[in-house]
Amino acid sequence: MIANFSDIFSVGRVGEDGIVVIMVKAVVVLLALATAAAYLTFAERKVAARIQLRIGPNRVGPLGLLQPAADAVKLLFKENAAPSGRDKLLYLVGPALAGGAAIFAFAAIPISGLTCVGGTVVGDGCNGGYPFHWDLIHVNVSLLFVLAVTSLGVYSLFLGGWSANSKYSLLGGLRSSAQLISYEMAVAFALVGAVILAGSLDLEKIVLAQQGAWFVLLQPLAFLLYFTAALAETNRLPFDLPEAETELVAGYHTEYSSMRFGFYFLGEYINMVIVCSIATLVFLGGWLPLLPWIHSDWLGGLVGVAWFLGKVSALLFTMMWLRWTLPRFRYDRLMNLGWKVLLPLGLVNIVVTGAIVAIRAS
Amino acid sequence: MLIEVAKGLAFTLKTMLRKPITVQWPEEQKPTAARHRGRHILHRYDNGLEKCIGCELCAAACPVGCIYVGPAENDPADPVSPGERYAERYEINLMRCIYCGYCAEACPTEAITLGPRFELADYRRERTVVTKAELLEAWPSFAQARRPNSDTGVGADQKGRELNEPGVSPRIAWEASDELRTDSPRPDEFGVPSHVPRVISPDEAEPR
Repeated sequence: MIANFSDIFSVGRVGEDGIVVIMVKAVVVLLALATAAAYLTFAERKVAARIQLRIGPNRVGPLGLLQPAADAVKLLFKENAAPSGRDKLLYLVGPALAGGAAIFAFAAIPISGLTCVGGTVVGDGCNGGYPFHWDLIHVNVSLLFVLAVTSLGVYSLFLGGWSANSKYSLLGGLRSSAQLISYEMAVAFALVGAVILAGSLDLEKIVLAQQGAWFVLLQPLAFLLYFTAALAETNRLPFDLPEAETELVAGYHTEYSSMRFGFYFLGEYINMVIVCSIATLVFLGGWLPLLPWIHSDWLGGLVGVAWFLGKVSALLFTMMWLRWTLPRFRYDRLMNLGWKVLLPLGLVNIVVTGAIVAIRAS
Repeated sequence: MLIEVAKGLAFTLKTMLRKPITVQWPEEQKPTAARHRGRHILHRYDNGLEKCIGCELCAAACPVGCIYVGPAENDPADPVSPGERYAERYEINLMRCIYCGYCAEACPTEAITLGPRFELADYRRERTVVTKAELLEAWPSFAQARRPNSDTGVGADQKGRELNEPGVSPRIAWEASDELRTDSPRPDEFGVPSHVPRVISPDEAEPR
């Protein structure tokens, strides 16, 4: 039975991972994401500080590098204050879903190309050796999977907002669900153009289709649309309406404290990583090297991982940079931008891309 | 709109490359402004005599009554100040002081001014009452320099000497005296120690 366990998610997989390999990968992904989220908060504070001519956290450990650890300890030791009129079950489900959905979505994201341990890559398979995929679950519709699972995050925001029995939470929850649902469309439409070009929903194949030219060159409009919508999806400035401090205290997580709040935070930052990963894979050529001569075969997929992480970091930095540059949108303008600008432009992009692909094929 | 966004991003990027203006206090310190009103200083004349003549005008001028002056007669053979009297005890309750500077304005001999020191927080309440030993301007060889027209210059610190002075600071005594730490009653056990200065109330501060 265990031998077939991985079959559940191994549709279209070349070869098969044993349960041990999957568990090792899962632990690595989990730890890496948690660490990444922790250090993103640190990076965010450093970027914010430098933009405001400050130094930023530099007291805990060398260069302040242990600040995230100190923050985590603080969160863990804080009192779990919770409103008395809350819905007890849903109040707990909210943060769990926020962290869980975000981590789960990363399972299908390939961070490097197929590596054949003891063999060579032929096309999208191996001629002998052990085919090692750099993702946790290799699905042939991984883009769809990632989008679907990240959409689960809306529930965490809404449940958290509703179950806390607080008007600020509820308004924040309503705002974020409306915003996320609106921008989900824009995200999907922006990605469809790239999917048409690649002819596949498999993120690995989408990346391999960019060997000639990254899709950001072929689909600049789609990239712009995607990145804008992604900012809204992750509740980042200039679209951080759900947690507009001046109006809603802290939005849907107003009534959360201690590690429950920590999970929302974790989910938010992991969502940033996921959104930037998708942008990297679909538009920036994923693990494909920018400079071909730096890529080497003897280090296998690791060089690819480095390229992937580098591109993701650049996008993450851009997100922080934008956050400390732009002011917050007004809510009606946010909706206008989503429905009246991003969505129609996305549709136009799809039609044009589709037409060009159809003409060239015929 | 994209052009404006790009402009904004260029601006923040430029700021990011500038040197931060943060001063890493307390490791780095900026000099205070010339007329900064921090903790008080009791001044001396160039020959080492104290400027304070124990007239208590500062205590009278103080709107919160945080100054206590205990005057004493000068010994004409070995004077502490040029006048008839000098301040044997001079104590300021820094918890009460509002750093208004009225004492400095009231002083006829310019003996008291407000100085640059502003890090005045402490773990012990008693230590926030500063005494003459802490307030007085430093003087290296105090006993010799007491004599009129001595040409000894001003010193930097008076640590180690104040313990023999009448109005010894509880703070310096606490830090310097092992005896106080081990044998004598601790302030939190039997109330404040006997040598801690009495803080007068605003009523008492009225000119008598």
